[in-house]
Amino acid sequence: MPNPSTDLDASDWKSQVYHTLKTLDIKHVAYVPDAGHSTAIKKFEADGNVTSVVLTTEEEGIPYLAGAWLGGDRGVLLMQSSGVGNCINMLSLQSNARFPLLMLITMRGEWAEFNQWQNPMGQAAEAALNLMGVLTWRAETPDQIDDLIQGAATMAFDGDQACAVLLSQKLIGKKTWSK
Amino acid sequence: MIRSEIIREIAPILAEHLVVCNIGLPSQELHLIDDQPSNFYMLGTMGLSSSIGLGLALAQDKKVISIDGDGSVLTNFGTLPTIANNVADNYILLIIDNGSYGSTGDQPTYAGQRTSLTDVARACGCENVVECQAEETPAVLQQALDSNKMTVIVCKCESGNIKVPVITMDPVVIRDRFMKVVAS
Repeated sequence: MPNPSTDLDASDWKSQVYHTLKTLDIKHVAYVPDAGHSTAIKKFEADGNVTSVVLTTEEEGIPYLAGAWLGGDRGVLLMQSSGVGNCINMLSLQSNARFPLLMLITMRGEWAEFNQWQNPMGQAAEAALNLMGVLTWRAETPDQIDDLIQGAATMAFDGDQACAVLLSQKLIGKKTWSK
Repeated sequence: MIRSEIIREIAPILAEHLVVCNIGLPSQELHLIDDQPSNFYMLGTMGLSSSIGLGLALAQDKKVISIDGDGSVLTNFGTLPTIANNVADNYILLIIDNGSYGSTGDQPTYAGQRTSLTDVARACGCENVVECQAEETPAVLQQALDSNKMTVIVCKCESGNIKVPVITMDPVVIRDRFMKVVAS
């Protein structure tokens, strides 16, 4: 399969997330709706080979994906950095039973943030994940997406680790109230 | 009847299926009464039993019973609309509702006061919701399994605990032996 990770422009990386996850045999996508993940979410919702589940809160995604893994399936959790705070205690489940966990997190509150209410959790998200034993990598440019997700997935599904790829606000681009 | 007596009554049914069990005393009671490799004991992360069960049910075809408590459902209320809108007909959510937080000393929950989990589950869109008394649980559970429809059972019982040992099995061992049963 060709590796489409090079020569991506700013609009391609959102599709790249979907295509990379498809190469990893992802069968479940658990998510809280988010603009940064919207392209991947639309593609997964249209994909009959993947079960897409909207969560009422991000913390539901940790046990949902643990259950899917018990059933033999790989999944991914898509959320925004504000959702990281909702997951913290639930990461004990992964930590204790060594469930693989792959999370893709769109960042807020770190650059060109118009809404200061996003700042506290956005700026604490990576450290909070690390405190709970989650390995993190940051994607700053579109060409990093495929490589970082592939590497995180290897450590999650082959090494029973909790892993998160942080999609930085510079990658996502400036957001305004109107969007 | 108290929760442990219900677990004892339904143990022969549970042994035939995949079981995800709620935090603390319920898991310890099930482990004491009838430990099976097909039991996944959740010893922390209160509220997540129903969500684990849903993911498991949607990922494979064997029947799954999540045993939950009223206090735990109250702490993860969002699970009910998620379950209602992602139907898995091999999934049973059995809420043993004793109206109290058993593991911390039987302090009363709202479910034992003005909040009906049966009504909440229905309002969230769950189509098959059955409320029963403790003594009826084995028959109601078997009927739900036989119906091949996703069912939420709210089993009303008395508050109370028995003395139980802790589960010394490593959670990784609990996970691995459970996954072997799923794959078998």
